[in-house]
Amino acid sequence: MSGTHADEPSVLQHHFDNLGQQFEASTLGMWLFLVTEILFFGGLFTAYMVYRMAYPEAFAEASHHLNIVLGGANTAVLIGSSLTMAMAVYAAQRGQRERQVVFLVLTMVLGMVFLGVKSVEYSHKFAEGLIPGPNFRFEGDAIHSQLFFSLYFVMTGLHALHMIIGIGIMAVLTMMAWKGRYTARYHTPVEVSGLYWHFVDIVWIFLFPLLYLIDRHGAVR
Amino acid sequence: MDTAVTPHANYLTDGYTLKSWLLTRDHKRIGLLYLISVTAFFVLGAVFAAIIRAELLTPAGDLVASDTYNRLFTMHGVVMVFFFLIPAIPSVLGNFLVPIMIGAKDLAFPRLNLLSWYLYTFGGFFTLWALVAGGVDTGWTFYTPYSSAFSNSNVALVVVGIFINGFSSILTGLNFVVTIHKMRAPGMTWFRMPLFIWAHYATALIMVLGTPVIAITLVMVAAERLLGLGIFDPKLGGDPVLFQHLFWFYSHPAVYIMILPAMGIMSELVAAFSRKAIFGYSFVAFSSLAIAVFGFLVWGHHMFVSSESVYSAMAFSLLSFLVAIPSAVKVFNWSATMYKGSISFEAPMMYVFGFVGLFLIGGLTGLFLAAIAVDVHVTDTYFVVAHFHYIMVGGTIMMFMGGLHFWWPKITGKLYNEFWAKVAAATIFFGFNLTFFPQFIVGYLGMPRRYHAYPPEFQLWNILSTAGATVLAVGYAMPALYFAHSLLRGQPAPSNPWGAKGLEWETTSPPPTHNFDTPPVVTEPPYNYAK
Repeated sequence: MSGTHADEPSVLQHHFDNLGQQFEASTLGMWLFLVTEILFFGGLFTAYMVYRMAYPEAFAEASHHLNIVLGGANTAVLIGSSLTMAMAVYAAQRGQRERQVVFLVLTMVLGMVFLGVKSVEYSHKFAEGLIPGPNFRFEGDAIHSQLFFSLYFVMTGLHALHMIIGIGIMAVLTMMAWKGRYTARYHTPVEVSGLYWHFVDIVWIFLFPLLYLIDRHGAVR
Repeated sequence: MDTAVTPHANYLTDGYTLKSWLLTRDHKRIGLLYLISVTAFFVLGAVFAAIIRAELLTPAGDLVASDTYNRLFTMHGVVMVFFFLIPAIPSVLGNFLVPIMIGAKDLAFPRLNLLSWYLYTFGGFFTLWALVAGGVDTGWTFYTPYSSAFSNSNVALVVVGIFINGFSSILTGLNFVVTIHKMRAPGMTWFRMPLFIWAHYATALIMVLGTPVIAITLVMVAAERLLGLGIFDPKLGGDPVLFQHLFWFYSHPAVYIMILPAMGIMSELVAAFSRKAIFGYSFVAFSSLAIAVFGFLVWGHHMFVSSESVYSAMAFSLLSFLVAIPSAVKVFNWSATMYKGSISFEAPMMYVFGFVGLFLIGGLTGLFLAAIAVDVHVTDTYFVVAHFHYIMVGGTIMMFMGGLHFWWPKITGKLYNEFWAKVAAATIFFGFNLTFFPQFIVGYLGMPRRYHAYPPEFQLWNILSTAGATVLAVGYAMPALYFAHSLLRGQPAPSNPWGAKGLEWETTSPPPTHNFDTPPVVTEPPYNYAK
């Protein structure tokens, strides 16, 4: 039954009948948005697939220039941030303001650690001359490994952009949570932002093996 | 005339300031904002077309230089496809009608809806900037490696404009899907929804699933131009044909973004002016979904001459033929609806007949083009140009106009001049056929597209085409005049001037801000004209 709570009008938008309908609409909207994101990254994954199948040796060779330790550590950091995000959503569902804020801040911190590590990796690539363009230097199949690095930078770059947007969203959520806007009855923004954050993590879960772990099982080069 | 009539408070009287329009979250006002901007882009695209037709009046390339001509047809395509045909029906009529037809107060995300208009406008601004800066000459298809490595025109600007505009399309589609799932009035079950809603649902799915792919593709082209990456550059190991795959994966379904909403309007108009329930409701509903699904599986038919393997060409050819089935289901069901109906010939119904005629020709020539051998023969000729204008322009504009006339009294609360509306409808139909039918012939004879000069033996057909374009321009200008007259001097419209069925006719004309004075409850099937 709607309308039984005093604070209902402030969170219920005028065109919805009740909070349940509003929540369902927002959640479905976010899932649909994530579908568009899958297709957005899908174009890049298609390009990756086409060129990896065309030039498997060059891709393996180029992949060995990525730092598997930093990449692996970053994977752990991101999975950790998904955990803290899930905890933040749980805290919001229980209406626990402090825990919500703490976990949101932790999520942001882990996100920033990820971006920090990523920028260290980028600067290594820069120092090694692995930035595609006229100054690209590579011993071996320079043309096709450049293609690998083009894809590497576009894919991880777009992923990082999504992380930055995610951290921005978390900052707003944290402020709102601090003000006590999200309660056990109304915490839709935390829920749908959580979906977004998990999605960005999952993209990385695909990027990491595809970019870093090519041909690692074979002979050590 | 009684001058003392106080109009019922409605969405138009709810604030008169500029701010009340530019910051509105009312789907009806946003629909009108779209109507204004979409019309402006249509006029712009039409000016380009007019110069193209003037150039082609004579075989020699004497009006504009070849470089200018390249920019003209490119800008014509970009403006018409991305800034008119794709948003025209969903963003104007869909925006206005989807919530009302299902008995909702608004779309699920009113702020995103307003944002989508601003994104559209912002993307359009980039395109205009590119135009002022000297235009772009790649053709609206932006084929690589010309667009990525060689063209010296403003490719990046236009690409950014289309990228931004793509978000507007995604937001509209997302809004429609969520609204149709979650906001239906009590009693409005899926199979009581008007077919306009089914068509917009299918359209919205394509917008949501297709648009991101063109977005990332254009990002890659921009990255090639600006950062020197080589994803589509053969010199750097890239494959230009990959671009064509990604481009057509969106741009073929985009044709269905244009035509499906038009088919939705068809169903409404045919039923209303035949005074009969639509024949085979669920077949028409599911054929919309079938077209949306098949639409994603046929992109390879644009690439029969682009080093595609014979076997994939055969598969794409077969799948392209299959699209004819749901399309034909619709045309047969509309015809069957009219059979023994009590048909009246108001202006919207004129557009219905116009649509059937143009869609039939456009659709059947589509089968010619799905056949590999014929397609290879006519690839890049005016035959293709004529075919897609019949479908995209003929189909979409016929129903954009038909729908605009049909719902004009609801949108504005005013009646328009029926006589001139009929004259305009007939003029448009005649002008359209005179413009584009000769292009089938001259294309089949071998006149290639995208050249500003041509052999003298093709001149007769081109003169006919240019004459048709002139008639067409007059036909398109007429509604501007009598609609303006209707706004200023038109008789007030009753709630249901056509005696049509549907929730939008149960509320006042124009509707109140929240669409209904009392929330509607649906108790009867759609198109219940027999009652």
